[in-house]
Amino acid sequence: MSSTISTKPWFALLSFIIGIVVIWYLAALLMNGKQLINTLERKKQDWTYTQVASQAYQIPRPMLPAPHQVAAQLNKSVFQVAIDSKRSLIYHTGITLQSTLLGFVLGAILGILIAVGIVHNRTLESSLMPWVIASQTIPILAIAPIIVVVLGALNMTGVFPKAVISMYLSFFPVTIAMVKGLRSSDVMHMELMRTYNATQTQLFWKLRWFSAQPYLFSSLKVAIAAALVGAVVAELPTGAQGGLGSRLLSGSYYGQTEQIWAALLMAALLGSVLVFVVGLAERVILSQRGNANA
Amino acid sequence: MLAVHESEDFEQLNVLRSSRRQMIGIEDLSLVFPSADGDVHALSHINLSIKQGDFVSFIGPSGCGKTTLLRVIADLEKQTEGNILVDGTSPEDARLNRLYGYVFQAPALLPWRSIYDNCALPMEISGRSGPHQAEQIDKYLKMVGLQDFHNKYPWQLSGGMQQRASIARALCIEPELLLMDEPFGALDEITRDHMNMELLQIWQQTQKTVVFVTHSIAEAVLLSTHIVVMSPRPGRIAKIIQSPLPRVKTLALRDDERFHALAGEIRDALAQDHAID
Repeated sequence: MSSTISTKPWFALLSFIIGIVVIWYLAALLMNGKQLINTLERKKQDWTYTQVASQAYQIPRPMLPAPHQVAAQLNKSVFQVAIDSKRSLIYHTGITLQSTLLGFVLGAILGILIAVGIVHNRTLESSLMPWVIASQTIPILAIAPIIVVVLGALNMTGVFPKAVISMYLSFFPVTIAMVKGLRSSDVMHMELMRTYNATQTQLFWKLRWFSAQPYLFSSLKVAIAAALVGAVVAELPTGAQGGLGSRLLSGSYYGQTEQIWAALLMAALLGSVLVFVVGLAERVILSQRGNANA
Repeated sequence: MLAVHESEDFEQLNVLRSSRRQMIGIEDLSLVFPSADGDVHALSHINLSIKQGDFVSFIGPSGCGKTTLLRVIADLEKQTEGNILVDGTSPEDARLNRLYGYVFQAPALLPWRSIYDNCALPMEISGRSGPHQAEQIDKYLKMVGLQDFHNKYPWQLSGGMQQRASIARALCIEPELLLMDEPFGALDEITRDHMNMELLQIWQQTQKTVVFVTHSIAEAVLLSTHIVVMSPRPGRIAKIIQSPLPRVKTLALRDDERFHALAGEIRDALAQDHAID
C-alpha cells in the first residue's frame, strides 16, 4: 500500500549524513584526544579521560576539527565578514569560480574542436590522439607552475594562466566523449543523409552534432568538476593572492585546520552546484527528445 | 504463364505503358559480398525493367536480396557486375540529383526534430526550402493523416504514425521515384491495411514510380502493377508477374477471385523455386 520509511530517498540521504557526522565526531575525538594528551603530558599535567573528552572538541587548531567547528568557521567567513574582504570565503570562491568557468569554456571548445578534427581526418586521429592521452598522464601539479611561469613571461597574469590549467584538465573528457558521440549517429540516419546527397557540413550540423549531444553533456559534467580541481590546484603553487586554493595553502601554513576544512567544503559545494547546473542544462536541452536524457 | 484479364482499363493501361519511359533498367547485375568464410552472392544475374508510373514489389524470403537490390537502385550498395540505369543515368547521379525518396524499414526520424522539422530536413539539405516549403509539408502531412501533429516530437507518436511521418518526409521533395524497404513491416495488420490504402491513393494521385520491398503476399498483390518474386542463395529473380488487377483498388478487392489467383501464382512461384526452405 505505502512505501516504508526506509525506502524514501530523503531517509536514505539523512541516515547517510548522520552516519558521516557520527564517524567524524568519533574520529575527531580520537585524533584530537591524542593530540591533547600529548600536550598535557609534555606540560607534565595530570589528565583524565572525561577531561580529554570534554576538551577534544574545543581546542584551537585541532588535528581534525569537529563538524561544529568547521560550521562555525564557515559561518564566520561566509556571513560575518564583508564579501569583498580578503577574509571572506565568498570572495575567494568567486576568484576560483572565475577561472573555473573560463577554463571550462575554453576546455569545452578545445575538446570539441579536437574531436571534430579527429572524426573528420584519419591523419589527425593517428597523430593527435596519442598527444591527447599523453597530456593527461603528466601530473598537473608538475606542469601548473611551468604554465604560470611561461604565460607570465608572455605578460599574461591573473585569471588567464589559472584558466589555462583548468582548460588543460577539462578538454580531455570532452574530446574522448565527443569523438565517440560524433561517431554515434544511427547507421540509418547516416544513409538517409546520403540519399539526400548531404554535404559534410550539413551532415555535421544536422546529424552528428545532435547525435553527440548526450555524450557532450555527460562529459561536460566531468569537465566542469575537473576545471574546478584545475583552478584550485593552479592557486596552490603560484602564490595566488586569492581563491580557495590559496585558502587551503595559507591554512596549512598556519595550522588553521578549520580554515582548510571550510575551504574544502566550499570547493565541494561549488563543484556540486556546477555539476547540477550542467545537468539542468542537459535536461532542458535534451528533454524534447523524450527519454534521451535518461 | 500469365493470365491476362481483358478488362477495358487494363487494355488502356497497356497502351499507356508502352509509351511511358523506362525508369529503372537492370542488365545482368550481380553483387557479391566478400566474407571470411566464402563470398556471399547477394544478387545473381538480375534483369529487370521498370517503367515510369509502375508500382513494383520485390517479394521473397529473407536473404533473397530484395533489400540489397533496392539499395543498389538507391546507390547505397554498388553492384560487382552488370549495368543499372536509373532514369537514364547511373544510380549515383540519380542520388546526387535527389531523384528518389527512400523509406526505410524503421521510421528513422531525427528525435531532436519535430515532425514538421523532420519533413523539412530534405528540403533544407537540397536548398529547396522557402515559402513553398510550409505548403508542401502541410499537404503531405495531411495526406498521411498527421495534420495535427506538426509540433509533436517522434517519441510522442505511435510506431505507425512515425512511419507515416517518414513517408510524408519522402514525399515532400516530390521525387520521381519512391523506394520503400518494408515500410509497414513493423506495423500491426489493421494499421498496415490502412497504410496500404493510403499509399495506393498517394500513388494514384501523384503517378510516381514506386519500388516496394515486402514479405507479405497480400500486400504485394494489393499494391503492385508488377510483382518480382525473388529466391535466395544466390539472390535472383524467380519470376516477374504482371498484375491483372485494376490500378484503382479497394480493400474489397481482396475477396475478388483475381486477387486469390494472383496470390496463388506468387505462392507457387515462391515454392517452385525452393525459395522457401
